[in-house]
Amino acid sequence: MFVSIVSYGLAVGAVYALIGITYNVMFSASRVFSFTAGMLGMLGGVLGALFINKMGMNAVLAFVLVMAAGAVLGVITEILTVRPVLKSIEQHLYVLSTLAFALMIQQVTAIEWGTEAQPFPVLIPIDPNSALGLIDQKFWLPVLACIVTIVGLELLYRKTLIGRAFLAIAEDSYAARALGLPETRLRIASYAIAGVIGALAGFTGAQMLLAYFGNQAILNFYGFVPVALGGMGSNRGAVIGGIALGLFQQAANFLVGGIFASVAVFAVFIVVLLLRPEGLAGAAAARRV
Amino acid sequence: MTDAASPISTAKAPAGWLGRLEGSWSWIALGLVGLLLPLLDDSYFGVIAQRAYIYWILSAGLNLVVGYAGQIAIGWVAMLTLGAYTTAALTAGRVGGVEWPPYLALIAGGAMGAVFGVIVGLPALRLRTFYFAMTTLGFATIVTQVALAWKDVTGGGVGTPGPVFPWPFEPGWGFYYFCFGLAALATWITANIGSSRYGRALVAIRDAEVAAEASGISKAKLLVAVFLLAGALGGIAGGLFSSLQSYITPDAFTFEMSVLFFIGILIGGRGSILGPALGTIILTVLPEFAAPLVQWSTFLYAALLLVIVLVIPGGIADLLDYKSRRPLEQHREIVPRPELLSRVLDAKGGPSVLTLANIELHFGGVRAIDGLDLEICSGEVHGLIGPNGSGKTTTLNVISGYYRPSAGELKLNGADLPFDRPHARAGYRIARTFQTPRLVGAASVLENVMIGGTIDGSGSFAESMLSLPRHHRDEKRLKESAARALATVGLESLADVRADRLQHSELRFMEIARALMLRPAFLLLDEPAAGLSAEEIRRLGALIKAISRGGTGVLLVEHHADLIFDICDRVTVLNLGKVLAAGTPAEIRSHREVVSAYLGA
Repeated sequence: MFVSIVSYGLAVGAVYALIGITYNVMFSASRVFSFTAGMLGMLGGVLGALFINKMGMNAVLAFVLVMAAGAVLGVITEILTVRPVLKSIEQHLYVLSTLAFALMIQQVTAIEWGTEAQPFPVLIPIDPNSALGLIDQKFWLPVLACIVTIVGLELLYRKTLIGRAFLAIAEDSYAARALGLPETRLRIASYAIAGVIGALAGFTGAQMLLAYFGNQAILNFYGFVPVALGGMGSNRGAVIGGIALGLFQQAANFLVGGIFASVAVFAVFIVVLLLRPEGLAGAAAARRV
Repeated sequence: MTDAASPISTAKAPAGWLGRLEGSWSWIALGLVGLLLPLLDDSYFGVIAQRAYIYWILSAGLNLVVGYAGQIAIGWVAMLTLGAYTTAALTAGRVGGVEWPPYLALIAGGAMGAVFGVIVGLPALRLRTFYFAMTTLGFATIVTQVALAWKDVTGGGVGTPGPVFPWPFEPGWGFYYFCFGLAALATWITANIGSSRYGRALVAIRDAEVAAEASGISKAKLLVAVFLLAGALGGIAGGLFSSLQSYITPDAFTFEMSVLFFIGILIGGRGSILGPALGTIILTVLPEFAAPLVQWSTFLYAALLLVIVLVIPGGIADLLDYKSRRPLEQHREIVPRPELLSRVLDAKGGPSVLTLANIELHFGGVRAIDGLDLEICSGEVHGLIGPNGSGKTTTLNVISGYYRPSAGELKLNGADLPFDRPHARAGYRIARTFQTPRLVGAASVLENVMIGGTIDGSGSFAESMLSLPRHHRDEKRLKESAARALATVGLESLADVRADRLQHSELRFMEIARALMLRPAFLLLDEPAAGLSAEEIRRLGALIKAISRGGTGVLLVEHHADLIFDICDRVTVLNLGKVLAAGTPAEIRSHREVVSAYLGA
């Protein structure tokens, strides 16, 4: 039991962490909390199953196409729902443009793909008796994806000029613009990257979570929990929070049952946020009067 | 004279609150259609209408949360779920083995909704918009999961039968009139709230939160009351829904329903009652007449939401608001009438004094205020001047409770004033204006000014809800004193105009009128002359001087040296958060350091 809690918990946690990073990448570039993170995760699974199971592509080609689709959706999100509201982001209503877009995509998926969860193919043919087959790939694939993403982002941000430009935008977009950085293009690039990360989460996690349109709402919420608790914009917080959430959820699932696991997660989420609205690791911002 | 030339008469009572659609004729028409529908004797129409009523009962409450208070509670379908399962499970005897009478179970459903409405709503007091939206969304997801998993009570995925209400509201037209009556009741109480000082306060929280606090509006108390009401209405709607469906499963409560409620409200227009009611009815009825659309309805709702947010955030109510497109007179003059002040201000309060002693405040490493002493006496105009960044506005924010200094004392007549509680300042009769005017753009000028007197009502939330006598007395008094305050600052001809149509200078005077609603013992003015013409500044100066002579202590933060030296009794000069000089205008004018650092030779 312990092994299955840990393996399942780590795997689900890695998916949550990746969705959390998706939120972060979009937020850092635009200060917009986008409801499209869960949608990207959901599509990663559905499109993957569509390409491989229904259209008979091989896994590598399908993977590339799914990532490309994620990037395209990220760009569309930026152009259609984020850029028009950037000026009025302080107003309450504008939170909803990304939600509306995500719902449209979800509904198209529900109609065209169906509302039943469908199986996702095994991606890598591994002999179950070999050393690699000791742990099912559905458990280690998301963890691997999470590690690759973290390392990749870290290299991008620290080692490349364009990555530093991303950081500059995240820190102070106004000053960055004054320095002559192409803010709009960098923001589009960030949304494309976020699209790829979200789709990656869905693609690698789908053997476990299945290709299911309802994953959108679940990933939206459980992907946001680690971000909110860890502090918006902090990828480290998202990973730690995501893994912790995954383990906690699975442990609670096994020990006390599904209802109480969900309720417990929600209760912890609310209580922590009420005590520390800026997240456990975040810093409080001064009020503007 | 501006008065005579103005096309708008001040004698006319402002029509409704924000929703200019709202003439009572539309309600009467809707009511008649509802009452007479059974004459068609078509049970298909009956069921559709019942569904519309039920949705509206929930949306009426949600409208106060979303349309008025501007809180993005997107998962409110959870209240419907809770109410439905509570009513159904209690009636079926799934809890404790006792079968409850359906009417009692319905009340329990409402109570359940009310309790969870507050629990889910509480985070709104602390969290940013998106976080709050997420918590309500998360709650809706979890309620459905629990409904699926808690088989003993909810029947799990198989579901549970809904209650059947006995006489007089038995299934059929009896139940129809039950839903109709409750929908009418929900409309009536939310409309009462909407047009009361509580409704105005909610909109102020939405559009001008800082000004709402300065007017003494306690966001926490008000929102809890609204969440309680909205939750209860959601729960009752759920109980009715479970009876209408006759059998409920978790599938019946999709997130798409939440979106439907939400869009119904936004289509109608925020801050209106009739608009959202029509929006909800249309969204419920439309798919019935366009069968091929049913599958795509959620997609269309979402697309509609996107269009509303991006293109017409004001909803239908705004599109139909012809009155506000009528041109205003071009060359308007603001002519304050200080002689009216004696009726606006409260001369009863004796002399009082506001003292700041050794105040220190840091923002990170920056010392914004560094050991400040200041004394403001009633009946005086006290000027606070200094270069940009010298701590003038920060000082004002300390006095009005927005910032907590790291050291020092703030006393009113020798007693400590609590820090960090901006909404408590109004109770001490400390009023203020803002550097950038804070206004509710969609409300009339009169309504904006009435917000300033919110704490002076005596009727409770429940009294306003039921339109009891004290509520009417409050409204009458607030309206009268707001009209007086407007006449005093010279804006009475614009009382019925939407505030966002005013010129900048007029907004400055409107803010002063709003502050006067508190009959302030102390009035803090943050650069009131910025953007005014020379003539307007002269009139403003006379008004401020008259306010102080009426017994109010005025703290005037200003850059116009002429205004300061004309009307101030005392002047304090700040530099780098410290007092550079203090004294009479004549002393300051000849102060060597002040002249070289700030005034110039």
